[in-house]
Amino acid sequence: MSKPKPVEKMTYEEAFEELKAVVEQLESGELPLEESLALFERGQALSQHCSELLEKAQLKLKQLVPGPSGDLEETDFEIEDA
Amino acid sequence: MKTPSLFGAPRIWSVSELTRHIRQLLESDYRLQEIWVSGEASNVSLPASGHLYFSLQDATATLRCVMWRSQVALQTHLPKDGETFEVFGRIGVYEAGGQYQLYAEVLRPAGEGLRYQEFMERKARLETEGLFDAERKRPLPEWPRTIGVVTSPTGAALRDVLHVLQRRFPLVQVLLAPTAVQGPEAAGGVASALEALNQHGGSDVILVVRGGGSVEDLWTFNEEAVVRAVAASSIPVVTGIGHETDLILADFAADVRAPTPSAAAEVVTPDREALLHSLARLRADLLGLFQDQIGARQEALAVLQARLRQASPRAHIENARQRVDEFWRRAHAAIRHDLIVSRRTLDGLAHTLQAVGPAAVLSRGYAIVTQARDGAIVRSVSQVDPGDPLHVRVQDGSFGARVEDHEGSEDI
Repeated sequence: MSKPKPVEKMTYEEAFEELKAVVEQLESGELPLEESLALFERGQALSQHCSELLEKAQLKLKQLVPGPSGDLEETDFEIEDA
Repeated sequence: MKTPSLFGAPRIWSVSELTRHIRQLLESDYRLQEIWVSGEASNVSLPASGHLYFSLQDATATLRCVMWRSQVALQTHLPKDGETFEVFGRIGVYEAGGQYQLYAEVLRPAGEGLRYQEFMERKARLETEGLFDAERKRPLPEWPRTIGVVTSPTGAALRDVLHVLQRRFPLVQVLLAPTAVQGPEAAGGVASALEALNQHGGSDVILVVRGGGSVEDLWTFNEEAVVRAVAASSIPVVTGIGHETDLILADFAADVRAPTPSAAAEVVTPDREALLHSLARLRADLLGLFQDQIGARQEALAVLQARLRQASPRAHIENARQRVDEFWRRAHAAIRHDLIVSRRTLDGLAHTLQAVGPAAVLSRGYAIVTQARDGAIVRSVSQVDPGDPLHVRVQDGSFGARVEDHEGSEDI
C-alpha cells in the first residue's frame, strides 16, 4: 500500500470512500492488534474531516460570461437579496 | 307577395310548435352537435349563478353562447370582451327565449389551437429523431464538484437553487450561465448558455431552471433551439421548469426532469443531513468493531488464564482437600445413620420388653404369690398348707394372706 494521503488534503468523496474501506477492513477481523488500532485512528480522523467539510462549507458562486476577447471567463457573482 | 291560397285552411302554427320544429331541425344536423366556432367575445357576463354568458361575433353575425358553471370551473382562460376565442359545443334552442345558442363545453384563446398543433408536430418530429430516447439518458454524478446553472440571474429560480445547494451540499461550486428565460430572445439565450457551459467543460452537471408561469412564459422551453441544445449537451442536464400540467419539450430531452428548480437542485446533490447521519453510523461501527476486537482478545486471554489456573499445583491441592472433606462428610453421615438404626432397634426391643414384663402381666389381673417366710414364689398347691402365711403382690402394691384350703391340681 502506498503512503496514505494526509486526511486534511482529501476531498469529501476521497475521505468518505476511504472511511468505508477502513470499516470493511476492521470488519474482516483478521488483523493484528497494532494494525487495528492504527486503522481505527485513521478512521476517526477521516470521519472527523468529513464532518468538518460538511459543517463548515460555504457555497462558491461564479458566473460564466463572454470576455472582452470573446472567450469565456469565470467571474465572481453575488446574489442580490431582493 | 304571394296571396295566401283561398282553397283549404292554411296550417296555423303555435309559437311552441314552430320553435320545437326549429329546434328539432337544428338538433338533427350532426355537424351542429359538435362544433368549433371562432369569434370575438362580447357582452361577457358571469353572474352569481356561476354560468357564463357571452356572444361571439364577427363582421356580420353574432352568436349567443352559454357555458354552465360546472364547465366554467374547468377552463383555464375565460374570455374578456374583445378577445378572439375558439369555442367548442353544440347548437341548441332556448325555447322560452326564442333563441338559438351555442352551449359551450370548452373554450380557449384563438391561436392556442394552432400552437398546440405546432407543439404536437414538433414533439413527434424530435421524437422520431431519437432525441427523447431513454438510452440517451445519462446517470448523474454522485459527488458533483461544479454545478452549471442556466437561468435568469435575477429570477427566483436561481435563489431557490442556491438555497437548496447551501442546505444540502455546500461543498460544490456553482457556475452560472445567465440568460433571459422568457420572451423572444430567450430561446437563443438558453441555447447559447448551454453551449457555453459545454465549451467551458468544468461542470459535472447542468441545471436548466425557471420558476412557474403561463404557457406563454414557458414557451421558450418548447422552442426547437432549446430542445436541441439540451439533447446535444455532453454534460448531463437536469431541467427544473416550474409548471404543473403542461408538457415541456426540453424536459423530454433532459437526462432527468424535476418538477421545480428546488427539486432539480435536490436531485443533483447528496443530502448533507443524510451524509452526517451515515458518518455518525460509520463512526459508531468503527468504535464497535474496535471494541469487538479488544473484547475478543480479552476473552481469549481469560480462557487461557483459566486453563493455567486449572493446571497449577495449587489446583491439585485444592482438589485433594476437597476430596478429603467429602470423605469425612460421608463417613459422618454413615455413622449417624447407623446410630439412628441402633436406637430404633433398641426402642423396639424396650417396647417389646415392656409388653411381656411382669408389670404388664400384673396389670392384667395376675398376682405374684410368695411364701411369707422365705419369699419363694408359690407356683404350685403342693408348696402350701392351710394356715401358711403368704405374701401377695398385685400391680399397685402387696398384702398378706393365709392359706385356707386348697384344691389340688388333680381336683381341677
